[in-house]
Amino acid sequence: MTEPVPSSPAPIEALKDKGPQAPPRSKWRDVWEQFRKHKGAMLGAFFLIFITLGVLFGPYIWTLDPQALDIRSKDMRPMYTAIWDSSAKTGWNHPLGSDQLGRDNLAQLIAGGRASMAVGWAAMLLSLIIGTGVGVMAGFFKKLDGPLMRLTDLFLSLPILPLLLVAVTLFRQPLRANFGPEGGMFILIVTVVGITSWMPTARIVRGDILAIKEREFVLAARSIGTRPFQIIKRHLLPNVLSPIMVSATLGLATAIITESALSFLGVGFPSDFPTWGKMLADAVARMEDFPERVMLPGIAISLTVLGVNYLGDGLRDALDPRIRGR
Amino acid sequence: MLTYATRRLILSIPTLLFISFVIFMLLQLAPGDPMAQVPLTVPPEVKEKMRQALGLGEPPLVQYWKWLVQVFWTEPKIFIDWLTRDSFLLGWLPDTALYQGELRVISWQTRSPVMDIVLQRIPQTLWVVGMSYIVGVLIALPIGIYSAYRQYSVFDQAGTFITMVGFSIPPFFTGPLLIVIFSVYLGWFPSIYDTTHEVRDWASFKYQLQQMIMPVMVLALQTTAQLSRYMRASMLDNLNQDYVRTARAKGLSESIVVMVHVLRNSMIPVVTVIALGVPAIFGGAIITENVFKVNGIGQLLITALFANDLPMVMTLTFIFAFLIVLFNLIADILYGLLDPRIRYD
Repeated sequence: MTEPVPSSPAPIEALKDKGPQAPPRSKWRDVWEQFRKHKGAMLGAFFLIFITLGVLFGPYIWTLDPQALDIRSKDMRPMYTAIWDSSAKTGWNHPLGSDQLGRDNLAQLIAGGRASMAVGWAAMLLSLIIGTGVGVMAGFFKKLDGPLMRLTDLFLSLPILPLLLVAVTLFRQPLRANFGPEGGMFILIVTVVGITSWMPTARIVRGDILAIKEREFVLAARSIGTRPFQIIKRHLLPNVLSPIMVSATLGLATAIITESALSFLGVGFPSDFPTWGKMLADAVARMEDFPERVMLPGIAISLTVLGVNYLGDGLRDALDPRIRGR
Repeated sequence: MLTYATRRLILSIPTLLFISFVIFMLLQLAPGDPMAQVPLTVPPEVKEKMRQALGLGEPPLVQYWKWLVQVFWTEPKIFIDWLTRDSFLLGWLPDTALYQGELRVISWQTRSPVMDIVLQRIPQTLWVVGMSYIVGVLIALPIGIYSAYRQYSVFDQAGTFITMVGFSIPPFFTGPLLIVIFSVYLGWFPSIYDTTHEVRDWASFKYQLQQMIMPVMVLALQTTAQLSRYMRASMLDNLNQDYVRTARAKGLSESIVVMVHVLRNSMIPVVTVIALGVPAIFGGAIITENVFKVNGIGQLLITALFANDLPMVMTLTFIFAFLIVLFNLIADILYGLLDPRIRYD
């Protein structure tokens, strides 16, 4: 005699779910939670936002013209020198001092930051667009893969800094004639930096696209007749967003450093147009007497790049689903 | 492996040719005129003759071909001649006398062969850059190993922070900073690298060390920052592998597990990164050489650019490209040699 088997077995008590354990969470909220745990990344992000806002709205708060010459109050020291040297020439009209022509250092820092950040962002966006374009094309279309990757390898074996110097010195004159001294230089530096720094992005994006392309959802999209460009736009690009964002931060850092290096070597913006690299280069000759003129732009460049790098580190951790949630 | 190496070697020839062609065509667009400094009293027909003498009368493709012949055929002949005549290593061989007075690549600045000037400048660059790279590697590897072994310890956190800082501070800031601190305030080291200095006795050797310290430190900071990050990541990848547990389980001491088993496996990617970094450090040395007034090849490139000396710029840029291609090749071959799991064929 056996007991009759119940037609529908009652669920085991321990395995019963009384509804979803936790409310559904969006991916970006998870990313944000993970990102917030990375203290360096948060600091970096705050500093980047602070610098960006500072250079955007700074000229409205500190309205002194960075190019205005005030020869009577030249070679002023920053306010903090008064703490240990009461005889130093300081004044609240120039809180960070002034240079050998009496131009205000604070106004120059803000204006220089504007130039550096603008070049950095624009060059980073350009190199992202080129890199993503090449990477997606090479990964998605098999025919283009070979030639495009050969091209990437070729660009990777170009000596970047020498070529940058060559290009900038060669094309300075025609572009200046067409777009004005500042506009021409901006276009030149952004293009040159963008063209020479897209290769890592292209390689990473191609690798990811190659892997994602073989997944079922792309096959499904293809089977209902989605066109290749729709597949790229709707299904592939959102999935490679995280490596693109990480390489965007790296690109911003390299673009800022490259622009400053060019200005430092004297092939950047015209001499009356302040950028961080140019301020640093101009101040090196007098750094024995006025070390702050080297320190201020140098610290500005270094902190910005440090912030961007930390931001990239945090983003990489936050966007990696294997690390997230641990 | 040998077939792979041969194939890569052959493939690198068209790459180099293409790169040199691109650089040459880019330089053709240069607006400058090498005759710009010739006095206005010189009549135009004489100027035209001078232009011809510089090889500027020919169409660009012929100029490019001549440059190729000069760099790839004439210069090696001179080099072989030098090897068999003057060099210590092969000087016992009979003098080959291959060079019969053909035209060489001439600098527009000094009107002397470009290669001679480059050879004069290379020792300074090699001393400073090479030394800094060695110092950087020697510092980076222990830091990377230890901070991976003690992950999330105070040392690791501090190391990560310092490498991040070293990564972010550009050499044109660290250079002046070191000069202000060590030359101006402390007066320990000279701020300018004296190339004419000769090492003869102990005192001059000490001076050579003193003047090398700052440029080497600046360059080594960059190398250390990048390499120790790689080393740490690579060690972390390997420390959790099964073979490490096996090694521990069979009773090997911790130092042997880490320094032999893990380190040897982690070094595989790091060695290739070290090889790949060599040409990059030559490029980065341009700024450092400029800051410390080392007259190496980076500084030569800058002065040649400002003086519109196109043959010099062309040859130097090509040398940089050649170094990059060469070390890419070395890195790939090393990777295959060190890691038997990698099969290129």
